[in-house]
Amino acid sequence: MLAHLARLVRYRGLIQTLVVRDLKARYRGSVLGFFWSFFNPLLLLLTYTFVFTIVLPGMHPDSVQPYALFFFCGILPWTWFSASLSEAANTLIAGGNLIKKVLFPAEVLPIVAVLANMVHFFLGLPILVAFLIYFQRPLDPLELLWFPVIVLVQLIFTTGLALLLSALTVHFRDIKDLLSNLLTLWFFSTPIIYSMQMAPDSVRWWLNLNPMAHLVISYQEVLFYVGPHGHWKWLMAMLVASIGTFLAGYFVFDRLRDSFAEEV
Amino acid sequence: MTPAIDVRNVSKVYRRYARKKQFATLKSALLSGSLISDLQPDETFPALQGVSFSVPKGCTYGVVGRNGSGKSTLLKCVAGITRPNSGSVEVDGRISALIELGAGFHPEISGRENVFINGIMLGLTKREITKRFDEIVEFAELKDFIDAPVKTYSSGMYMRLGFAVAVHVDPEVLLIDEVLAVGDQSFTLKCLDKFAEFRRRNKTIMLVTHSLDLVEKFCDQALWLDKGKNHGEGEPRRVVAQYLIDVGKAEEQLLAREEAGRVAQAVADAPVEAERPADPADGGDAPADMFKATEGRWGTREIEITHAELVGEDGEPGHVFQSGEAVRVVMKVRAHQPSNDFVFGFGLFNADGVCCYGTNTNIEKLDPESISGEAEVTFHIDRLELVEGTYRLDLAVHKVDGYPYDYHRQLYSFRVKSRTPDVGIYRPPHRWEFKGDVRWKPTRS
Repeated sequence: MLAHLARLVRYRGLIQTLVVRDLKARYRGSVLGFFWSFFNPLLLLLTYTFVFTIVLPGMHPDSVQPYALFFFCGILPWTWFSASLSEAANTLIAGGNLIKKVLFPAEVLPIVAVLANMVHFFLGLPILVAFLIYFQRPLDPLELLWFPVIVLVQLIFTTGLALLLSALTVHFRDIKDLLSNLLTLWFFSTPIIYSMQMAPDSVRWWLNLNPMAHLVISYQEVLFYVGPHGHWKWLMAMLVASIGTFLAGYFVFDRLRDSFAEEV
Repeated sequence: MTPAIDVRNVSKVYRRYARKKQFATLKSALLSGSLISDLQPDETFPALQGVSFSVPKGCTYGVVGRNGSGKSTLLKCVAGITRPNSGSVEVDGRISALIELGAGFHPEISGRENVFINGIMLGLTKREITKRFDEIVEFAELKDFIDAPVKTYSSGMYMRLGFAVAVHVDPEVLLIDEVLAVGDQSFTLKCLDKFAEFRRRNKTIMLVTHSLDLVEKFCDQALWLDKGKNHGEGEPRRVVAQYLIDVGKAEEQLLAREEAGRVAQAVADAPVEAERPADPADGGDAPADMFKATEGRWGTREIEITHAELVGEDGEPGHVFQSGEAVRVVMKVRAHQPSNDFVFGFGLFNADGVCCYGTNTNIEKLDPESISGEAEVTFHIDRLELVEGTYRLDLAVHKVDGYPYDYHRQLYSFRVKSRTPDVGIYRPPHRWEFKGDVRWKPTRS
């Protein structure tokens, strides 16, 4: 397993190329092309802002105002996470030709899915910055140093889950369908459209078990809430958990590796 | 010197799952707690069984064998795409496997970008590809289309580009699985030239193919796989000859089985009335009948063909003959009552049901006097000058006016093998002659 992990480093050129290919291919043929990476989160933002400020006004306390900004802090990383997982679940089957016909390290495929979506996440950040400037939010430069750490933790966590899911989906195709529903549930269990403080105490304990909750809260702490980053202990715990998830995911992937060429 | 490819005692078992389990879902597996047992196969299929061989550096190694004999699995094991269940595979040097051309091309992006991505997948660096890019495009003959998305390519263009990238990886060991059938003649020749260049540069090539010609001409050594086992190895000519004999035998068995079935069927439903059309060789029949490839047997059986067989040069009855071989058709007949009105007929049809030749004793001015009891009729063909293919025979005994005694329509079949891939129905004895400044290289094989 460690040897295989080391081999991944050798394949970084391939991963890089495939991520670029993925990004290029995605918008090929559409009029707006790369701008969709900006428009997609923007449109999503408009939808939710419409629902929660016009259809259901007064749902949110002052602590999460301006709501558009609050929501955006959560939905950007969430989109990265959920899109990565749904793509990763399909990626080995879609790339079956490669696995069967070319000598190819299969783990590259789910990793590419996660990284390509990370690029989309980064492309969404300028919009976030524009919002921050528009709403004139005070940002603490020191607190911003946490931002890359949160991204790193999310990257490790997402990659671990992506490896696990992609390997299992080869054997159980229905994970794909299960996953899309699970992700909806997961979305609403994560404080994105509401804040953690708004959840009743009885539920909060459960929500605390959700790893994504802590990542999203960390983003909100750094980007939205004024004041010091109070969530860093949770974040450090998440770092440890992420590494555990990654190793577990990679272990399962490595164990099932030999079956891919036959089962895909 | 260490061999380039060293395969020791390799076995590969494919697993088959029962239909029921193919539809198993994670949910049902979890509910019934059978997750582990569902991952166990309930049937296995051995694709390779204890195959060993080694290929020295610079050797061109051919693998032949029938469909399903494990050739491609072996190649995949050598390429490292699948792992054998037991045994070891060692390959010295960079491998490029031409198993499927253009695997991994993304349809939406341009040929240019795909060349880079494919090259990187095959183990080149960006710089190496940039250096070879023009050569690759030139080789693929796609200069004008290289910036178009690959989805607009024809399948030939797609294959050519895939092939061009794969051979420009400059591997130490090149694995080829039946991919030479891409593109037109000139492209095939170009591929062969490329392989010849590999050989000159002392690279190792392992070639899986059905083209025995290629193996004989091109390979230094050959391996014959049969049902996943090493069935013979060594000098290509010898291996190919052995393989051909075996293929002939199998074909022979198949034809014999089919024929036995046909004859038995015909005997069972043979009508005894004499109302069927007469021997086509009589010439009195409408030609439409000649093309009607209905098989069967009819006649009154006053004179009966009790047995018929084809005998080759080796004196053994058989169903597979070499083109040009001396063949005789032997009919055993029995006249249940003496007769003075009889004609023996012979008709030869190709697989399309076209009559290639037909004659009878009457046409050839043999005047019947009498026949009684058991007799044997032999039709000698001194040289079976037929092109390769499957042929069927009509054999008949009838009266001069066409009244059938026993008519066997297309009940007997045989196969002609030829090393010359000429076409048509008839091969006249021929030779070429050239006058003026026409020169030929020394014979190829």
